[in-house]
Amino acid sequence: MALTEKDVRYVAELAHLELSETEVRKFLPQLDSILQYVQKLNELDTQRVEPMAQVTFTEASHPAWREDLARPGLSRDEPLSNAPESGGGCFKVPKVIERE
Amino acid sequence: MPDWTELTINELQSLLTSRQVSAEEVTRAHLERIASKDSEIRAYLTVAEERALEQARAVDRRLAAGEPLGPLGGVPVAVKDVILIRGLANTCASKMLENFIAPYSATAVERMEQAGAIILGKTNCDEFAMGSSTENSGFYPTHNPHDLSRVPGGSSGGSAAAVAARLATVALGSDTGGSIRQPAAFCGVVGMMGTYGRVSRYGLVAFASSLDHIGPFGRSVRDVARLLGVIAGRDPRDSTSADVPVENYEAALGRPVTGFKIGVPEEYFKGLNPEIGDNIQKGLHLFGRLGCEIVPIRLPHTEYAIACYYIICTAEASSNLARYDGVRYGLRAPNPAGLRDLYKQTRHQGFGPEVKRRIMLGTYVLSSGYYDAYYLKAQQVRALITRDFVEAFDEVDAIVTPTSPIPPFKLGERLNDPLQMYLADIYTVTASLAGIPGISIPCGTTRGHPPLPVGMQILARHFDEARLLQLAEAFEREGGFHIHP
Repeated sequence: MALTEKDVRYVAELAHLELSETEVRKFLPQLDSILQYVQKLNELDTQRVEPMAQVTFTEASHPAWREDLARPGLSRDEPLSNAPESGGGCFKVPKVIERE
Repeated sequence: MPDWTELTINELQSLLTSRQVSAEEVTRAHLERIASKDSEIRAYLTVAEERALEQARAVDRRLAAGEPLGPLGGVPVAVKDVILIRGLANTCASKMLENFIAPYSATAVERMEQAGAIILGKTNCDEFAMGSSTENSGFYPTHNPHDLSRVPGGSSGGSAAAVAARLATVALGSDTGGSIRQPAAFCGVVGMMGTYGRVSRYGLVAFASSLDHIGPFGRSVRDVARLLGVIAGRDPRDSTSADVPVENYEAALGRPVTGFKIGVPEEYFKGLNPEIGDNIQKGLHLFGRLGCEIVPIRLPHTEYAIACYYIICTAEASSNLARYDGVRYGLRAPNPAGLRDLYKQTRHQGFGPEVKRRIMLGTYVLSSGYYDAYYLKAQQVRALITRDFVEAFDEVDAIVTPTSPIPPFKLGERLNDPLQMYLADIYTVTASLAGIPGISIPCGTTRGHPPLPVGMQILARHFDEARLLQLAEAFEREGGFHIHP
């Protein structure tokens, strides 16, 4: 097994994901076997292959440019209606800057 | 009294226009069937009873005033719970969005409603469309209408089961790596993914943006063609939607398919359930009888598709799902120790195991030092898989394969081995990576008791949906391979 519990905790930290000890122990062998499996791609020589980030067609079929015009959108209240906590027309969050 | 839940769109609409039934009666028949049947199938997460009846009465008023019905006028539709409908809950089958009310509608939904559709409700799926069995729903699993001890497939299992069990006439699902085609195969219905960009993704909750599609389910190819025709086309609100004219799909149906070249890739017939293999061979003979030429082809990079797909889709998912942080919508963990803890606790409590696993994988493959080895490499292999198809379509007009290597499995049977679950997506992820259209149609059953549906997948060139539907409809008409639970 190449992946360690430390790796799993580090990646969870990057993903802003709290994992319980049970989850760490459960995910470790699962993630490890999947990562071992995807090593299969290394059998292929891809040195001269352009990476494909998106299914792309021509400029005519996928016009990427448009006029930068203001269009009506949602009112301020509509998105706020789903907020777990809001006030004064804003999303409320816990204090961001901590005191020393 | 006839059963209004059995009808095709054309049958239903001719009864509506001749005033033999009202849209309200048709809608009530479906709502009653949902009330009596869905406690065992569990296809729906939300049933929008009052809203549906209002829409039905509006259709009846238009009919009474002599106005035209519209291409989906009076047709009861189910919508997967990852596609927004203004004013209705949209949970993505996740505890994270249990209380989320959609503030706007997806373009596909707006177009269906403009065409007169009656939306019955929102259907169950794997959480955030991640899974192949609908067992990853954060609320409850959906059962296969053909055998309640088995899964309906996934991730659009609720939509597929609803159409199969006549809890809707047609439905919308989403397909990222097979999430329409595989449940269509498992439930014995027709399910289609158009070319990437054929249907606007505006209002589809993002999972893996370069792979996500909205597409139709139906009990007949013609119904699927009708629904696709309504939802397809350029939408300025989705910059990846294609500005390519939408063909009249129904006009292509019924034309002879004589002389079409159908490619059969040997890579898709290795290691599959033998009964599925037999059924697909019978299907190929049927295409032969219809005058098609069957041509063996190679798609040599097929064996790399699962590795390629699961790197790309998890990378994109880890980025797309970063937005669920407890700030703007969805769940918020109580009493956090600061902002960072709010994010971490919210995500810990809101996401189920498969979503966490994929976020972890995607974060890992994008993390510093691993990007080139995993994500970049996968993008290069994606180009090779796409090239396989481009070269194959120089020789053939369509490609026929099984949709899934396995028949519908028992609930719980595969939950503990995620890699085994991923490997069963082998026949569907390739078209997703290449962005080509694909359809799954019923192709007989297994011999067990009860018999289980088998699905045949047909693939075609980019934007060749009309030919795909033409072949599928010819097969359906000639074959009678349909199966009803």
